[in-house]
Formats: sequence, structure tokens, C-alpha cells
Amino acid sequence: MVLVFAESPKGKFEKPAFEAVTYGKKVSEMVGGECVAIAIGDAKGAEDLGIYGATRVLQVNDPSLAHLDSQMYASIIAQAADSVGAKVVIVGFTATGKSIEGRLAVKLSAGSVSGASYLPTVNGGFKVKKSVFSSKAIAEYEVTTEKKVISLVGNSIQPEASGSAVTVESFDAEIPARRITVKDVDTIKGVVPLPEAELVVSAGRGMKSPENWNIIEELATVLGATTACSRPVSDTGWRPHHEHVGQTGVAIRPNLYIAAGISGAIQHLAGVNNSKVIVVINKDPEAPFFKAANYGICADLFDVVPRLTEAVKKFKQN
Amino acid sequence: MKFLVCISKTPETTSKIAFSADNTQFDTSGIQYIMNPYDEWFALVRALELKEAHGGTVTAINVGPASNDTVIRKALAIGADDAVRINAEPESAMYVAKQIAEHAKDGGYDAIFLGKETIDYNGAEIGAMLAEYLDLPFVSFASHMDLDGGVATIKRDIEGGVEILEVNTPLVISAAKGLAEQRIPNMRGIMMAKRKPLNVVEPVGFDDPCHVVGYELPPAKAAVKMLDPEDMDELVRLLHEEAKVI
Ligand SMILES: Cc1cc2nc3c(=O)[nH]c(=O)nc-3n(C[C@H](O)[C@H](O)[C@H](O)COP(=O)(O)OP(=O)(O)OC[C@H]3O[C@@H](n4cnc5c(N)ncnc54)[C@H](O)[C@@H]3O)c2cc1C
Ligand SMILES: Nc1ncnc2c1ncn2[C@@H]1O[C@H](COP(=O)(O)O)[C@@H](O)[C@H]1O
Repeated sequence: MVLVFAESPKGKFEKPAFEAVTYGKKVSEMVGGECVAIAIGDAKGAEDLGIYGATRVLQVNDPSLAHLDSQMYASIIAQAADSVGAKVVIVGFTATGKSIEGRLAVKLSAGSVSGASYLPTVNGGFKVKKSVFSSKAIAEYEVTTEKKVISLVGNSIQPEASGSAVTVESFDAEIPARRITVKDVDTIKGVVPLPEAELVVSAGRGMKSPENWNIIEELATVLGATTACSRPVSDTGWRPHHEHVGQTGVAIRPNLYIAAGISGAIQHLAGVNNSKVIVVINKDPEAPFFKAANYGICADLFDVVPRLTEAVKKFKQN
Repeated sequence: MKFLVCISKTPETTSKIAFSADNTQFDTSGIQYIMNPYDEWFALVRALELKEAHGGTVTAINVGPASNDTVIRKALAIGADDAVRINAEPESAMYVAKQIAEHAKDGGYDAIFLGKETIDYNGAEIGAMLAEYLDLPFVSFASHMDLDGGVATIKRDIEGGVEILEVNTPLVISAAKGLAEQRIPNMRGIMMAKRKPLNVVEPVGFDDPCHVVGYELPPAKAAVKMLDPEDMDELVRLLHEEAKVI
């Protein structure tokens, strides 16, 4: 039996939830039993989790659950795991999932692999791989406890429609008292947050000054991409902190990462080299980033970026 | 107030990563270790700032072998008052959390700080485990924290935004960028660190529930395709037809 926590931090189910359920379905085929999803809060559309392979969907709703409190959420998920007899529990490697996963592991006395990016193997022990050392290696973990907890890195599996909507069952959990009070939530409006973005346009010190960012923003707009930057750019205040990607910033794995005027230092690569396709625009043929790129353009970004924007516009019109 | 800061060591980022001949062990020869940046730059410094504002003590704790003492002395040089090393070679996050919990359960700490993750294994799980063992609230990825009496006001990074929270102490908190500004140890700090207590204690018995059984290198990336800067239609075509990402 597999239990998947389908998160809905913004009041709706999004890609991290669908990926986790798709992954859970595949794990249930390996370990036997069904893939059961649990949702917490009042998000609508939990029945659709069936489409991604959940055979049952449980939901716990109570006004006190509107925001994450890791103690409340982990307690409810552990109760659900006990009630369905789950051997494997899956959460996303997201802000929400990371707050819960360790608690669940302790509650269930389960070994955990956090940030898994591959499906487990179950012949000769339960083993799961994850990327380590700034993506310079892959480590395989063996979990020796009867129960296992896995958190899944975003974009490591594509959501697959393998079933159909199921009736949502209300799950009767004991809800612990809230100990964290959420006063306010500030969200950045109108853009896909970086960890979830499929297309990212990023720029570094090669931009020379913050006024020049309009060409990056235009390219991002025509592509429907989210903008990012290197660390010195956010440290000097040219761009907001939440755009900083890399080892000490956000780690991302979009389908497409376009980097203009970024040298490709190892600490930068640590956060981006799991991107599916990397395009590097740099005027220095020796820039280390070219070694990590799929497509390279060695030229002045101030010529290339607007030309690329025009080419994308033309492509979108056809 | 009493603050506990969990510190870990990690290979310096530019380290060359290699494994034993049978690929089961990480090859530590020639590896330069540093204190995990989230622990050093943000968790430790914010704890020191709060001590400076409210009075009290800052204790640094590490679960590891004697070779970790250099990193622990650095925490003392930056300003921690004393340190504890639990003498073990941990193989899992839960082992580390269990040992720290044993130390902290009767320690009377008002706040326990960790880094948001170690930059080698990126687990981001020990904080939640520790909080669970101690039955305390846990706030992950804090980019701001203030204390007023027994109430902490915290900004927590979430996807695409921040949450503003209030929690009563005691609590467990993991530090993200922004929580504090890095401090460089000065000569006086380094000299004083030599005389500060570093207490070594033996671990409690605990079986690792999981461990690494093997390492491999990621698949080699195909050589970069260099394109004509004049012809961006070609790049768009490749991204659409070959890479299928747009
Ligand atoms: C512990 C630690 C953690 C770190 N964490 C991070 C992190 O998380 N993220 C991060 O990004 N960095 C991080 N860094 C910093 C990192 O080492 C690099 O210093 C940084 O990534 C460099 O940023 P950059 O590429 O924008 O600037 P530079 O290295 O200055 O590179 C600018 C590039 O732009 C090119 N260029 C200039 N003009 C043009 C033009 N007109 N057209 C085309 N190309 C042009 C240049 O050839 C050059 O390659 C970290 C460093 C340390 C020590
Ligand atoms: N061996 C250790 N001893 C003490 N604290 C640790 C140790 N390993 C990790 N930590 C702390 O736990 C945080 C998160 O680690 P992790 O969950 O492994 O990513 C680190 O930033 C440290 O604050």
C-alpha cells in the first residue's frame, strides 16, 4: 500500500501533487497494493487525483488547516498511513513537503530518502537514488525499515493520466492544536514561481547594469518564462533575492534554462544543471557554462537576446 | 535565553568528487571541508545576534568524528559560547536528529537553529525530525526572525512568496538566505575559541534506518552544439523540433 500526500498550498492541486500521485502509482505497482492519496484543506478537485492513478482519495478539511503547520499535517498523514496500512509514504520535495517529511519519518519509524529523483528498485532491498554533491554524483540509498518515506524532487517525473476521477472520501482524523499562527502570506503576483517554472530565462553580471534587464524580461514574456539571475546580481540588488538560483539560492530543474551573461561557476551550476535543456549566451568562448550547455551562442548578448526574442515571436505567430 | 545551533561540515563546492574502487564509499582524500554555509552564515549568526540583543548563551552542536573539531572551533571563533560534539559517524539524517534530540531534551533551549539543508546531500530533513522528537513547532526556511519575550515572528520562504508567522518559544527553526549576514571570525575570536569548552559526548544507541549503498557519476552530457549568432530562427527550430521544450 502506498500513501501520497497531495499538497495544495495555494488552495488548489498543481503539478507537484500530480507528479507525486503519478510516482506513487508506479511505486504501488512495485510494492503491491493500491495508491491512496490524502489531501488536507479545502482545495476543490481532489477527485482528479484519480486521473493520475490514485484508487482512493481521502480528504481532511477543517478551518484550522487553512495554512501549513507541520505538526498538524504530519499527524494527519501518519494517521492516514496507519489507517490504510501504507508501507511507503510519498510527499513532494517542496516547501510544504520538506516541513513534513522528517516528522513523518520519525512518527512512522520509517527510513527516509529526501529529494529522490528516480523511482525505487525493490529487488534485493528497497533502494532509491537521488542527486548529490551539487549534481556531481548520484547516491543510492537502501531503506531497511518496514515503512519508508520518500520526498520527490519536482520535474523528475511527468504527470501521467492513467485512471479516472474517483469519489473523494472524507477522512476522520484527530486534528492536533495549532501552534504556528500564520499572520500573512505575501505572494509574488502573476509569475510562475521559479521552482515550478518549466521555462526560465536567466542573466548574470554580463548585463552590466539593472536598467538593461528589459531585454531579458521581453524574452521571458514572449516565451512565457520566469526570470532568474546569478548570485552577485541579487547580492548587489540589481534583481530581487527570490530570483537567485544556484547552490545558495533556489535549485531548479526546468525544461529549458536560457543563461545570458553568466559565466557558469560551479555554485551557479549546482542549482541549474538538472535542467533538461540549457542554452548559454556568452561572449567568452572559454566560459565554463558552455561545457554544461546543450546549445551555445558565443556572441554579445545585447545583440543575441533581442534577436532571439524576435525569432520566438515569429515562431509563436505561425 | 538559550540558543542551540546545529552545525555540519560539507566538502568545499569546488571539490573533485570521487569514490572508492567499488563505488560504495565517498573518497575523502584531498577533500577540503567547510562549515555548511546555511549553518555558518545564517543560523549561527542570527542566534548570536539574538543573544547580543536579549542576553543568554549560544551552544554549537555537531554529530561527527574528532576530525570535525576544526569546523566546530570555527563556530566558537565566530562567537558561540561553547560546543558539544557527539562522537559518531552518522549514516542517516534520523541518527543525527536522534542524537541532537537526546542532548536538547533537557537543555532548556528557547530556540534551536539549523541550516535549511546541507549543500552536499541536500536532505533538508533533520530540522523536522528533531522537532518531532522534541514535540516542538518547526519553521523551515526562515529568512527573518525576531524574538519578543516568548514570541518569535518569522518570515518563511515558500514557493513564489513568503509566509509571516508567529510562534511561541521553544521552537526549531531552519535558516535560509536573508536570516543574517555572514560574519568573518577575527583574530581575537580565533584566540578565544581555543579556550572555550568543546564537550565530547558518546552517542545513544540507535540503528540507522537507511544508508548509502552506492554512488555513480551522472550520465555524461552530449557535447554542446554551437550555433550561428546571426540565426536565432535556427535555435528556435532546434528547441521546438529537436529538444521539444517549446
Ligand atoms: C559558497 C558560495 C556559494 C555561491 N552560491 C552561488 C549561487 O547560488 N548562485 C550563483 O549564481 N553564484 C553563487 N556563487 C558565486 C559564483 O561562484 C560566481 O561568482 C557567480 O555565479 C558569478 O556570477 P555571474 O556569472 O553572473 O558573473 P561573472 O562570473 O562575472 O560572469 C559574467 C559573464 O558574462 C559574460 N559577459 C560579459 N559581458 C557579456 C556580453 N556583452 N555578452 C555576453 N556575455 C557577456 C562574461 O564572459 C562572463 O562569463 C557562490 C559562491 C560561493 C563561494
Ligand atoms: N552531523 C550533523 N551534526 C549537527 N547538525 C547537523 C549535522 N548534519 C546536519 N545538521 C544540521 O541539519 C541541517 C539540515 O541538514 P540536512 O537535513 O541533512 O540537509 C544542517 O544545515 C545542520 O544545521
